[in-house]
Amino acid sequence: MAPWLIVVTAGGYLGLLFAVAWWGDRRAERGRSLVANPWVYALSLAVYCTAWTFYGSVGRAATDGVGFLPIYLGPTLTAALSLLVLRKIVRISKRERITSIADFVASRYGKSRALGALVTVIAVLGVVPYIALQLKAVAVSFLLMLDGPSASGLATAGDSAAFVRTSLGVTAVMALFAILFGTRHLDLTERHEGLVLAVAFESVVKLVAFLAVGVWVTYSLFAGPSDLFARAEAVPDLARLMRFEGSWGTWSWMVVVSMLAILFLPRQFQVAVVENVDEAHLERAAWLFPLYLLVINLFVLPIAFAGSLRFGTGSVDADTFVLSLPLAEGQEALALLVFLGGLSAATGMVIVECVALSTMVSNDLVLPLILRQTLDRRDPDVGRLLLTVRRVSILVILGLGQLYLLATALEASLVSVGLISFAAVAQLAPAILGGLYWRGATRRGALVALIAGVVVWGYTLPLPTLSTTGWVSASWVDAGPFGVGWLRPTALFGLDALDPIAHSMFWSLLVNVGCFIAVSSRGGRSALEVRQARRFVDVFRQTGPGDDTALRLWRADTPVDTVRSLLERFLGVERTQTALAAHCAQRKIEPGSMRYADEELIEFAERLLAGTTGAASAHVALASVATREPVSVHEVVHLLDETSRVLATSRELEDKSRQLEDASARLREANKQLRALDRLKDDFLATMAHELRTPLTSIRSFTEILHDNPDLSLEERQRFLSIVLKENERLTRLIGQILDLAKIEAGESAATRGAVDLVELVHEAVDSIARLVEERGVSVALRVDDETPILWLDRDRILQVLLNLLSNALKWSDGWIGVDLSLEPDGHVLVAVADDGPGIAEDDRPRVFEKFRQVDGSAPGTGLGLPICRGIVESHGGTIWIETSERGGARVTFRLPLDDLSSDPAGLATADPTADPTADPPADPTATFEGPSHG
Amino acid sequence: MAEPEMPKVLVVDDEPNIVLSLEFLLRQEGYRVEVARDGDEALRRARAEPPDLVLLDVMLPDCSGFDVCRHLRDLQPAPRVILLTARGRSVERLRGLELGADRYVTKPFSTRDLMAVIRETLQSDRLEQDGLEQDGLEQDGLEQDSPKSDPS
Repeated sequence: MAPWLIVVTAGGYLGLLFAVAWWGDRRAERGRSLVANPWVYALSLAVYCTAWTFYGSVGRAATDGVGFLPIYLGPTLTAALSLLVLRKIVRISKRERITSIADFVASRYGKSRALGALVTVIAVLGVVPYIALQLKAVAVSFLLMLDGPSASGLATAGDSAAFVRTSLGVTAVMALFAILFGTRHLDLTERHEGLVLAVAFESVVKLVAFLAVGVWVTYSLFAGPSDLFARAEAVPDLARLMRFEGSWGTWSWMVVVSMLAILFLPRQFQVAVVENVDEAHLERAAWLFPLYLLVINLFVLPIAFAGSLRFGTGSVDADTFVLSLPLAEGQEALALLVFLGGLSAATGMVIVECVALSTMVSNDLVLPLILRQTLDRRDPDVGRLLLTVRRVSILVILGLGQLYLLATALEASLVSVGLISFAAVAQLAPAILGGLYWRGATRRGALVALIAGVVVWGYTLPLPTLSTTGWVSASWVDAGPFGVGWLRPTALFGLDALDPIAHSMFWSLLVNVGCFIAVSSRGGRSALEVRQARRFVDVFRQTGPGDDTALRLWRADTPVDTVRSLLERFLGVERTQTALAAHCAQRKIEPGSMRYADEELIEFAERLLAGTTGAASAHVALASVATREPVSVHEVVHLLDETSRVLATSRELEDKSRQLEDASARLREANKQLRALDRLKDDFLATMAHELRTPLTSIRSFTEILHDNPDLSLEERQRFLSIVLKENERLTRLIGQILDLAKIEAGESAATRGAVDLVELVHEAVDSIARLVEERGVSVALRVDDETPILWLDRDRILQVLLNLLSNALKWSDGWIGVDLSLEPDGHVLVAVADDGPGIAEDDRPRVFEKFRQVDGSAPGTGLGLPICRGIVESHGGTIWIETSERGGARVTFRLPLDDLSSDPAGLATADPTADPTADPPADPTATFEGPSHG
Repeated sequence: MAEPEMPKVLVVDDEPNIVLSLEFLLRQEGYRVEVARDGDEALRRARAEPPDLVLLDVMLPDCSGFDVCRHLRDLQPAPRVILLTARGRSVERLRGLELGADRYVTKPFSTRDLMAVIRETLQSDRLEQDGLEQDGLEQDGLEQDSPKSDPS
């Protein structure tokens, strides 16, 4: 293909990307942001898919089959977990105005400059090979476009001067665009909306390009997926790829390393955290981003198989199949699209990575070094200086990438280089994740852990790749340093079962986490560290920035003007004024009224500055103008403890007062019931007194009459004496019944029960009133079910009930009494006594079973008969009620459960309760009807 | 003693034996006696032939003696009322006296004391007509009480 066509197309595409970014920035400035959109956010995360994905996945698939997948399974898992971890990181970063991952770590551990610098160095070291990989991919694809797929692999191409020239050119163009995209603005804000929009755009382009070549290969070059897979199946080498042959250990480590990479790669942190405008976007991204990964991987295997079938093994580098296939088939337009897709993927990665890394280098590496001199020199425009630092650092980073590429990457495949970077950033995981959830994690712990982890990583991963350059002797790698076998970089302590990546991850993370926990556990935190730990770990529990104002770290004797002029030097006059005005408005204070900056203002200024310089530098800058309160860790810890203790105490008090309220409500209720019971008791006692005094009155009156009138006729004397006797009996009976009732209510012992033939008992009861029945001229209709079984009852008590009911019936009867004994199919026996008297009004029915409640007071009676009946029936597990009889009178029915009474529950064989001489005999049951009562 | 001017006493109680004893005692004192078994009958008889004094049981089958008492006080001329009760609660005594009963006697009572109370109540009636007010006796006539002016 003509070189000018390729160059013009590539240049045009990069120009288009730039235009998109410019447009995005313009929209953002006018307040109509395009980035405030969950789709753009999710697509920008696809910067994860670099030239490695675009070209390298096919290369990996061609040798390892499904082995390319773990790199995409990890992020998919992370996306699902992102709502937990990423949301917390995003929340913290917004609050603390975090500018990069190095800034995040530094800020968490007490705004430590050392940690910020260390993370920056790790990130640069780790990512440089990755950048080199992008440069290589673009250079190779350019050469392929020029010369066609005849260029056999890259190993040879690397030697050629053409490759060096091309890669240098690519690096230069990338540097230009990275500077244009990332450091175009003079005002250094932490966000780059135009860049995000351009990344989202390029994510669509690379996806379309890859899908286009995939569809073409599958449906045009072959007759659909089944044809393609059938043909691949026929080749033994390819058939092998369709089966899973990797080790589970390796797979698991790949998944883990990519899970961490998607969170902690500087460019991923940039787009996912720093550029995030709305936490809610995470929810869309949680499914959209995995979907993107799925779609872009759909055609990886088909293309790998097609390339292997088309070119055979070895003749063409599998990493180039995506591009070689359309070129070999003369599909120039498609090839051009693929080239653009690859360029797009690489450019997106390089630019975002450069922006992220240059921010880190300027804020966390360079600025802390020059800050003091800068402040001392009263340099009026620190912003411009920072911009220059960033531009230079972009050049340096890309230069390092170019160096690495020329020195080493010619040997290794795209994927393995990428994984080295992944393993490097994975070293950040313990410090970051631990810092998110463990308050006790310390700066020292993080420092030691990072250094140890990186050393192990460097020894086990990049070092062996350098052996090919001759910088490291090959014997070191093969036989171990100085011939010590167990120190071999690829098989530490003899562990050679894992592939290099898994092996390195295992040892480096083991050492890393071990150091992190061990050193952190020894404590030793500064006041600022304690506070930052709390701000990070408890970010969801704190409602606002004013939460920890109790913790004074600054003394309030710094003039506001000093703070303002400091801010102006970094942010410019206009931004400083806007920000301070907003701050004053939020706190509802007059902007001019404050002369000395208080704690809150200094904290605000520091966070504002952190958005430009990073947390560590901002802290130093503010410290240079404001005086710090001499706060010891002890005081801070004490203060925090105090706060939590006060909180706990007030919670306790709340609980206590709630409990007290509950208790007093219960007491009120109980008191009400007690009062009601007391009233009932008073009524009961008064009524009982009445019942007892009434016969006493007659007795006393007649006794006095007899006493005072000795001349009474014998006839009158006899009459009065018989009244005295009758009333005396009445009184005795009443007392007996009261005692009965008390006994029944207290619960009689079951020992008084025995086997009773209820049929016989009913007959006995009816017989015993036969004389009275005859005198009154009443007829008794008796219906008895002879099937009634023998029951386990208190014979005398049940007889007492029967007699009471019969006497009541007799009292009210107009000439008819009905007695029924019947069995219910549901296992109950019913005994009903009915009369044809006036009956009892429905409203009064429940009350007749209450003590001393004579419904019709005209009846002479104790008022205890039916309550006693109820007590007896209920003590047998039965029920008693009153209704209207078939002849309009009253019918009282009691119902006993057969099951509960059909056997001897206590195992007593005696059928006769009177056999127990200790049993207290109840009041004479027959006495009940001598003074019949209706209630 | 059964002279035409002897006072007439209405006995209201649902206990036949109590009624019997009271009837015997009152007749022995020479009073004219009428008997009612419940409140309804009592008011009927009192209206037909106003008695000088009513011996009124508080617990009647159809209504409370207090209701009967209130109605009796509305009669012209209003009879003297002695409440008889077996319940014996001070709140009820107060209530009875507030309702205009002259005396409140708890069962069981001494027959002699009751007769004395009846006599004094009827006498105070006569004295009142003479323009003299005399404090009544409480319960069984042993204690001085002034129910109309100060029921405590």
